[in-house]
Amino acid sequence: MPGDPVLTMVGERAQPEVIKRIRTELGTDRNLAGQYLGYVNLLLHGEFGRSYYTNRKVFDDLLLKFPNTLRLAACAMVIAVPFGLMFGLISALKRDTWADRLISSISVLGLSVPVFWSGLVIMLFLSLELKLFPPSGTGDMRFLVLPSITLALPAIAAISRMTRTSLIEIFDMPFVKTAKAKGLSEFKINIVHVFRNALIPIVTVIGLDFASYLNGAVLTETIFGWDGIGRFTMEGIIKRDYPVVMGCVIAGTIMFVLINLVVDLLYHYLDPRVRLHENSR
Amino acid sequence: MSVLVLSLIVLLSIFAPVVSRYSPDRIDLDSLKMRPGAEHLLGTDNKGRDILSRVLYGGRISISIAISAAVISMGIGLSVGLISGYFAGRIDTFIMAFVDLVLSFPSLLLAIGISILLPPGLYTVMIAIVAVGWASFARIIRGYVLTLRNARYVEAARALGCSNRRILLTHVMPQCIPLLLVMMGMKIGGYIITEASLSFLGLGAQPPTATWGSMINANRTYITSAPWTVFAPGFMIALTSLCFNVLGDSLRDKYGIKVRG
Repeated sequence: MPGDPVLTMVGERAQPEVIKRIRTELGTDRNLAGQYLGYVNLLLHGEFGRSYYTNRKVFDDLLLKFPNTLRLAACAMVIAVPFGLMFGLISALKRDTWADRLISSISVLGLSVPVFWSGLVIMLFLSLELKLFPPSGTGDMRFLVLPSITLALPAIAAISRMTRTSLIEIFDMPFVKTAKAKGLSEFKINIVHVFRNALIPIVTVIGLDFASYLNGAVLTETIFGWDGIGRFTMEGIIKRDYPVVMGCVIAGTIMFVLINLVVDLLYHYLDPRVRLHENSR
Repeated sequence: MSVLVLSLIVLLSIFAPVVSRYSPDRIDLDSLKMRPGAEHLLGTDNKGRDILSRVLYGGRISISIAISAAVISMGIGLSVGLISGYFAGRIDTFIMAFVDLVLSFPSLLLAIGISILLPPGLYTVMIAIVAVGWASFARIIRGYVLTLRNARYVEAARALGCSNRRILLTHVMPQCIPLLLVMMGMKIGGYIITEASLSFLGLGAQPPTATWGSMINANRTYITSAPWTVFAPGFMIALTSLCFNVLGDSLRDKYGIKVRG
C-alpha cells in the first residue's frame, strides 16, 4: 500500500525502532487479513477506530463536524431549489424562445464548470477584491455565503435542466389536453396537472444533490476551509490517516443510501401510482 | 460549433511544441509571475514556467485520460449490459445488484477512495474513473437490450439457429451504437471534471507534470498576485467540458434518445 502512514508521520529518516514501535501501536504491522478483521470487529461494535494523529475517536469527530456540513448543505439547497425550479419552469413554459435558449445554455455551462474553480473565482471577487465576505473559515452566516453559492451553482443547473425536460415531457401528454379542453386556466393546468406529475425526476435530482453535499462537499469545503466532513476526509487522505478516511467513506455511504431511501419513499406520496408493497416492476 | 472548438483544443494540444516556444516544465527565475503579454501569451507562474505551454501540455493529459476512461468504461459497461440484458433471469439480477451497489456510492468519494489505494499517478486517476463509470453504462445498455431481446428480428435470428454470441454481436450490439455515442458525449464532459478534481486534490499526475486540475491547486495560493495562473487552466476545463456536454446534448436530440443520469 502506498503512502505508509507511519512514514508520513515521523518522516523517512526516523529511527527504525521508533517506526517499529508506532507500527505496533497502530496495528499496521499485522497482515492485511488481520487488519481487516480488526476493522470489521470495530465496525460491528459501532466504532470507526481512532485517528492515527489525534488519537480521538473518528466517530466523535464525525459527530462534531456533521452539523457544519449539514448547515452548508441546507443553505446550498435553500439557494438551489427555488432558483433551479424557477429557471426550469420559465424554460419549459417559454420553450424555444430566447429565454429558454439563454437559460439552457447557462445551465450547460453550470454543469461544465468545476466547483473548485468557480469557488476560487467567487472567492477572489466577492471576498478578496470587494471584501464583502470572509474568504475562508467556519462560523456564522457570513462564512456560509460563499461556499453555499459555490455548491448551489451546479445544483441550480442540474435541477433546472431536469425540471425543463420532465415538464416538457408532461406537456405533450393527453391528460393535459383534456384539462385544456375542460377550459381550466393556464395557471391551474401548469401547477396542478403538469408540475405535480413532473415532480418525481426533479425530486430525485434534488435528493441526489443533497445526499452528495451531506457527504461533505470535499472540494468546496477544502477551498473555503469549512470545518465539515468533506475537509475532514481530505485531511485524512493527505495525512494517510486511514481510520479517518475509512470512517468518512463509510459514514458518507450510509448517509447517501439513507437519503436515496427517503427519496424512494417520497415517490409514493408524490405519485400514488407508485406502490410500495406490491412488486410493480 | 462544439465540434469545431473541440478539434481546435485537441489540435493545439497535439501540436503544443509547435504552438509554444517554451517547455512546460522549464523553470525561469528571471520571469516569475509575469502578466500575460507578448513574450508569454498567458503569463508565467511562481516558478517562471510558461502558462500557455503548461495548459497545452496539460490538455494532452487531461483530455486523453477522460477519453480513454470513457472508452474503457463503455467497453466494460457494454459487455456487462449486453450479457445482463440479453440473458436476463438470474444472471441479470446478480449483475444488476452489483451495478446498483457501485452506483449507490457517491461517485467522487468512491473515486477518491480508489485513488488512495493505488500510488498516485495518471493510471490511478483513469482506474478510479472507470471503476465508477462503467456501472452507469452497464445500467443503461442493459435497459435498452431488455427491450430488444424480444424484438422480431432477434426472434427471427434465433429461429434461424444463430448462436447467442452471433445474435449479440451482429444483431443486438449495432443497435446500441447511437445510444453509446450519446452517452459517451455526455459522460466525457463529466470525466474531464472528475479528472481535474482528482488532480486538484493531488491524487493525479505528480509534479512537475502539468494537468489542468493540478495547475489550479498549485497556483491557488497566488490567486491574488497572479490570478491568470488559475484562470487559464480553469477556463480550459470549463470550455472542454462544456463542448463535450453540448456535443452530447445535440447527439441526443439528433437521435431522439432519452438518457437520464
